[in-house]
Amino acid sequence: MIGLQHYLTIAAVLFALSVAGIFINRRNLILLLMCIELMLLAVNFNFIAFSRHLGDETGQIFVFFILTVAAAEAAIGLAILIVIFRSRRTINVRELDSMKG
Amino acid sequence: MHGYHLTIVLAPLAAAIVAGLFGKKIGRAGAHWITIFAVGLSFVLSALVLKYLYWDGGHAENYSVYTWAVVDGLRMEVGFLIDRLTALMMVVVTFVSLMVHIYTVGYMHDDSGYQRFFSYISLFTFSMLMLVMSNNFLQLFFGWEAVGLVSYLLIGFWFKRESAIFANLKAFLVNRVGDFGFILGIAGIVMFAESLDYATVFASGPAIAAQNIEVISGVPWNAMTLICILLFIGAMGKSAQAPLHVWLPDSMEGPTPISALIHAATMVTAGIFMVARMSPLFELSETALAVVVVIGAITAFFMGLLGIVQNDIKRVIAYSTLSQLGYMTVALGVSAYGAAIFHLMTHAFFKALLFLAAGSVIIALHHEQDIRKMGGLRKYMPITYWTALIGSLALIGFPGSAGFFSKDALIEAVRESHWHGQGAVYWIAYLSVMLGVFVTALYTFRLFFLVFHGKERMDEKMRSHVHESPWVVTGPLILLAIPSAVIGWFTIAPVVFGNFFGTSIAVTERHDVLAQLGREFHGSWEFILHAFQQSPVVYLAAAGAVTAWYFYLKRPDLPDVISKKLSGLYTLLVHKYYFDDLYINGFAAGGRAAGKFLWQKGDELLIDGIIVNGTANTIGRLAGILRQLQTGYLYDYAFAMIIGLTLLLGWMLWF
Repeated sequence: MIGLQHYLTIAAVLFALSVAGIFINRRNLILLLMCIELMLLAVNFNFIAFSRHLGDETGQIFVFFILTVAAAEAAIGLAILIVIFRSRRTINVRELDSMKG
Repeated sequence: MHGYHLTIVLAPLAAAIVAGLFGKKIGRAGAHWITIFAVGLSFVLSALVLKYLYWDGGHAENYSVYTWAVVDGLRMEVGFLIDRLTALMMVVVTFVSLMVHIYTVGYMHDDSGYQRFFSYISLFTFSMLMLVMSNNFLQLFFGWEAVGLVSYLLIGFWFKRESAIFANLKAFLVNRVGDFGFILGIAGIVMFAESLDYATVFASGPAIAAQNIEVISGVPWNAMTLICILLFIGAMGKSAQAPLHVWLPDSMEGPTPISALIHAATMVTAGIFMVARMSPLFELSETALAVVVVIGAITAFFMGLLGIVQNDIKRVIAYSTLSQLGYMTVALGVSAYGAAIFHLMTHAFFKALLFLAAGSVIIALHHEQDIRKMGGLRKYMPITYWTALIGSLALIGFPGSAGFFSKDALIEAVRESHWHGQGAVYWIAYLSVMLGVFVTALYTFRLFFLVFHGKERMDEKMRSHVHESPWVVTGPLILLAIPSAVIGWFTIAPVVFGNFFGTSIAVTERHDVLAQLGREFHGSWEFILHAFQQSPVVYLAAAGAVTAWYFYLKRPDLPDVISKKLSGLYTLLVHKYYFDDLYINGFAAGGRAAGKFLWQKGDELLIDGIIVNGTANTIGRLAGILRQLQTGYLYDYAFAMIIGLTLLLGWMLWF
């Protein structure tokens, strides 16, 4: 029987993967954005699992909102990425260090 | 009369402003005519005021002209107290000033600062009149500082000369020391009497004398003694009494008319005048009077000695001025205020005369001031010679001259001042003034013989140019020689022994040595005979003059021999008792060293280095370490966020 804990484990694994992706990936800004999306999906997983477990539909409605916002965010993120590429001719994360102290 | 008083004061001020600000427009002649006219007007009106007060039996006036400010009941006013003491000072000041104005026309003839000079000396006359005519301490202090300022400007008149700048700074600084005491004294008066007005303060004198003040806690001092000594410190600065005398000889860097007007006849006597004016206060403190006597006596004798070894014509006279101011101070200390003011007056005439005569010699020799390069000037400059002779005789107290009457009366007063006790104070005073007579005669005639008699020691080129000075120079000499010779005859009876000063000078009966002397006084002629019969003063003066003749005319080789024999004493005198060395290498250098220490260690190291820059540096270093945390990489910030989130959640779950 697949229970709540399995869903939560999947979500945690997804979240951990995305965090690891953010840390390990030091090259590509697009990968970074994808990892952030993955993080959001992991959270969505939790929402759905608890919604189902508690019998409350609100959590699933939230997930739709989050998906919408995530889509918008991805669009904006890609737009920013293009601007960065235009101005710096690179999307290598290693080289985006103008905030270095 | 009130209109007279204002005109007397304001005419020189107006002339000074016109000559100073519009000097270019009115030209050299305009500058000297307007200032001479203004000072002449002041002199005539001053003489009329004196006539009104003395011969016409007018009353002394004490009124305020203008209220400047009222602070907590303390009125700060401009006002005049015109009594006979003031009137006498006004006449002396304006007369000498007028003579010096005229003389300056000749002396400064070729100087580029001609108008500026006239502006300054007129401004000086204004300041000095404000000082003597004041009826309150604030205006006295104004005049006091104003004459000091003009003195500073005039000592440094030739401001391109290094030595003149040094001298005027020195005069200014030494006077600051005195003024420090003076203003503390005034503060004490305000504290105890709660008024600046002379009349009010004098009325509350006995009440002040009954109080004590603990400046150092646990040591009560009599308030009046403290106030009087502080005021006298002011007088020591202005009247150049030891140990604050060091500025006066150096002030000879100024033009000679200034030496005559400011540093002999008027400004330096402001201290004497002030103490006489404050006689109701000084009478209440015998301790303060004893201090005055001792300081005066030391100055009178020891500064006279220095005159013997000086070789600059003006410096010899400057030391003589110091010595004579010491005499006046001694007279003040024995409560013989009348004698002090009388000596002040005669000294103003004969010392101004001597300075102006010295100036005449200096012009003739093209600004040569070394008496070793003079000699035999008698036949080239007869008028200067005879007037200088009169001045010298008056200075040493030749019987019948003005100086004789004033100095002899003064010495008699010291001799009678038994109320100081037969102790050290009395003997210091008496011996100093007696020996001082011999010393005075010695240095005066040394100067006189070296300049006007003996071998002509100037070079050939100079000798062919020497001639008598123009009339603007010799005129004032003659006009000053007349009072130097004869004024004692007429004035000693009323001024010293009579009731000339009336209520303007207060003497308690116990101290009143002049009244005691007055009982034995039967006219000027008797006074001279008395001096021959009963006092060694005349013989001491004669001995001094004869010694000078023997050493400097008869056996000119002797002084060198003696100075070699007594080399220790001679060195001490040449170095002026090492006062200058003490002040310059001691106080001034010490002050500079302390300043340098505080600057380098205190300011630069501690405040700048450790506190201000140190704080900034520490923060900078700390920030330099902390900034390493800011990598600028997105993933590091994300990581920090995750760590933070984990810790926060962990903390929430844990507790």
